Amino acid sequence: MSYITKPAARHPKMPTNTIGLTPRDYEGSMSTLCAGCGHDSVTAALIQAFFELAVEPHRIVKVSGIGCSAKTPTYFVSEAHGFNSVHGRMPSVAAGANAANRDLLYVGISGDGDSLSIGLGQFCHAIRRNINMLYVLENNGVYGLTKGQFSASADIGSLSKGGVANRHGPIDPVNVALSLGATFVARAFSGDKHQLVPILMAGMRHQGFAFIDVISPCVTFNDHKGSTKSYAHTRTHMQEVVAADFVPLRAEIKAEYGEGEVKAVTLHDGSVVRLRKTQSGYDPSDRRLVLDYLGATAAKGEIATGLLYLDDNNEDMHSFENTVETPLVEIPYRTLCPGSAALEEIQKEWR
Amino acid sequence: MADRGDYGVNDFALKVATVNGTGSASANGLLLQALFRMGIPVTGKNVFPSNIQGLPTWYEIRVNRDGYTARSPDFHLVVAMNPQSYARDVEEVVSGGWVLYDNTREFNEELFRDDVTYVGVPLAEMCVREFEGSRTRILMKNIACVGVLVALLDIDMDVVKGMLQQKFSKKQHLMEANYKAIEMGYAYAKEHYECPLPIRLEPMNATADHVMINGNTAAALGCVYAGATVGAWYPITPSTSLMDGFSQYCSQLRVDPETGKNNYCIIQAEDELAAAGMVIGASWMGARAFTPTSGPGISLMSEFIGLAYYAEIPSVFFNVQRTGPSTGMPTRTQQGDLMLCTYASHGDTKHIALFPANPKECFEFAVAAFDLAERFQTPTFVVSDLDIGMNDWMIPRLEWDDAYVPDRGKVLSAEELEEAESFYRYLDIDGDHIPYRTLPGVHPKGAYFTRGSGHDKYGRYTEGSAEYMEVVDRLLAKVDSAGDHVPEPEVHQKSEPTEWGLVSLGGCHWAVLEARDELAERDISMDYLRVRGFPFNETVERFLEEHDRIVVIEQNRDEQLRKLITIETGCPKEKLRSITYYGGQPLSKGHVLEGLSRWIPDLASEASANELSADLDSDVTTAEVSP
Repeated sequence: MSYITKPAARHPKMPTNTIGLTPRDYEGSMSTLCAGCGHDSVTAALIQAFFELAVEPHRIVKVSGIGCSAKTPTYFVSEAHGFNSVHGRMPSVAAGANAANRDLLYVGISGDGDSLSIGLGQFCHAIRRNINMLYVLENNGVYGLTKGQFSASADIGSLSKGGVANRHGPIDPVNVALSLGATFVARAFSGDKHQLVPILMAGMRHQGFAFIDVISPCVTFNDHKGSTKSYAHTRTHMQEVVAADFVPLRAEIKAEYGEGEVKAVTLHDGSVVRLRKTQSGYDPSDRRLVLDYLGATAAKGEIATGLLYLDDNNEDMHSFENTVETPLVEIPYRTLCPGSAALEEIQKEWR
Repeated sequence: MADRGDYGVNDFALKVATVNGTGSASANGLLLQALFRMGIPVTGKNVFPSNIQGLPTWYEIRVNRDGYTARSPDFHLVVAMNPQSYARDVEEVVSGGWVLYDNTREFNEELFRDDVTYVGVPLAEMCVREFEGSRTRILMKNIACVGVLVALLDIDMDVVKGMLQQKFSKKQHLMEANYKAIEMGYAYAKEHYECPLPIRLEPMNATADHVMINGNTAAALGCVYAGATVGAWYPITPSTSLMDGFSQYCSQLRVDPETGKNNYCIIQAEDELAAAGMVIGASWMGARAFTPTSGPGISLMSEFIGLAYYAEIPSVFFNVQRTGPSTGMPTRTQQGDLMLCTYASHGDTKHIALFPANPKECFEFAVAAFDLAERFQTPTFVVSDLDIGMNDWMIPRLEWDDAYVPDRGKVLSAEELEEAESFYRYLDIDGDHIPYRTLPGVHPKGAYFTRGSGHDKYGRYTEGSAEYMEVVDRLLAKVDSAGDHVPEPEVHQKSEPTEWGLVSLGGCHWAVLEARDELAERDISMDYLRVRGFPFNETVERFLEEHDRIVVIEQNRDEQLRKLITIETGCPKEKLRSITYYGGQPLSKGHVLEGLSRWIPDLASEASANELSADLDSDVTTAEVSP
């Protein structure tokens, strides 16, 4: 059953997608984040990705934990159910929800405090479980709502707004995800929508846990000189390793490719991701090589970006659990209850 | 030490002392089941260490022709098979009782008591002689010991052999070995001792409509029948067997015959926090979801429980209580989580809780818990304990009404949403404090943002005092109104209220019933109410009002039920007295009578001092850290 709400009054030239919706139909309420916050750019990219994929809004499920990042699901797709849960525990809510209804599109928004400190355990286990969801980590290296403490992703030597250097080793979520067997691992910059949107679209269509680490600067507490998560630092140090283009199912492949090797990966639903490697010798399907490469880039102080690793031939949580194709919430009770005769039979063993 | 007392035919208790991990569990099970099949009321309690192999373990069997099933600490016969615990095992036999031991090696002289009869059987020697292989010899020693008991207690040999046949029908060689061991023990006892002993069995017909099962298995089956599809859990003693049971019954009853795929999803979580999150996520999505755990798990889940309470997400939690605080004694029982469950999480919270007294109620309350959780859109607890959950109970056969329809509460369908002008999640439209709920993916009009942060009745974020208070006031009224829907208390009362009224809950019930009967024999009558659910309702209030003195009987140090009554009812504190036992064993009638004797002098003089003090706190404290 499909429910497409008629869009409200809109500009006549506003584009519509294949189900007749405009980008406005994927918007949410007004953002209450600081002006210039990287997270708002991620929200805008998500809206564009949903629009281009022509997802029915009410078939989207938005989940988050606590923090600035966790607030953002209210800023996109008002007609989707959202769940702002508890700090660091969004992955478990997503796992339970997905277990109950596997047919919806799950989008989790988290932050570096939420995923790498209080929720590191759940983040890791969500990867191991390979929950079919898009997991966006809006990474800015600081705690915003509590006013600027370092987070676990802050680099050694990165300066706080007050000028104090961080001395603890950072946890690199991309490294964690790759080490734990994630099947879709990307890094992007909130300031580069052109790069981010196709990655988000591919992640939404990936069967399994699609992880995207988005460097998303905090304009209020971590955008100063000496910070390695500022706009300026990220712009000057990011190095796109793999450029991704996303081609939805049945769409015509229009993109033109210049030099470099292009690798096309067909996703579970038939859509295609074209990966253009800008670095020779890089192979986004070889986990060990990718880890080595990223280690070397990080050592040089560079930030490797792009759809860094992709393996679409994998099993998700439902394959591990051998769950039926029908969402569990749609199975009628009479199918689930074995009835009185079965109870009699069972109790024969208890005599 | 208790006197031998009025033991006799079909009325005694025995204790089997063995080493953990030596296969004694199956021999114990064989024994218990044989008595049950002879039609004699019987209960088995496993007293085990938090250990995999090597530490002492005990199995207690009480036979009672009148059907009393509470633990009896007066052991007429002790089967002492573990040298590590000989000394204390011998000490626990009532005066005039018997000790069955393996006399392959000489018993230390210090272990002999003048007032006890010793029955020595060279079990190890016989098994070494007759069987090959050390593992077989150890296993067969337990079976040979059953053979000795068959002779000593007059157990029906045909029943025992019938059970072995059933068990080993496909393993001929095992059946032969078991037969041989049983007969060997039997023959030795017949030849060397006067059989049967004065404590013995006679077939009855008192178990025909009953089954023998533990509470965790029954609760698991309740979840299957309630239509639960998502189970999330983290292993913890003593709740683990609940999810084991769910998994087993689902694999038998819930696999789609056409595709071979599961109509359920069981997730072993990384910890209890995640297990709670999964239950809440699945329930939010519209599935019936649950998690089984024990006290430490509830501590960890508390943050999520508060979220489910505030965001009004139905969710079912089984707390199979063990002895706290902290790791406590993981393999001993207690009712120490009453306050923890009823008020779990920070801020103002209050939760529905159900208190089963045996496996039958575990089954029934499991189903009721899902109905209540969905009807009231709130976390609901089934508060069981280790004794109920893991021990073998004789219970009336479970019944199922095929006309049962799950109470899914106020959930709006796609059609209803299509026709609705608007939808707001937390509006009290019907004036019953329960708002309407929508499920994700059903209809765009049903979408809303679920949050644990401050929200108004429209579901919008708020930091406004009045808007916040309006919602939390409704929540309080909503949960309080559930008192009329939780299982009614069980009341034992004559037409005119007695001066004293007893109040108890859960597994204490059976000891209280037995103690009351004993009081009645001495012409002391006391009304009794067993609380079966929280919030308390009118029936509880009335009982408290009608009795001048109330004695609350429970298994925790801090009088938690008494405190709950003080907080939640109008009953004056001065009226309430407490009997508590918190040593980790199931409650016995002796605990109740001894407790009452503090206020009823007649009782103190009549009750045998020996009987009351015997073994009340003789628990074993060999627990080590377990998950």
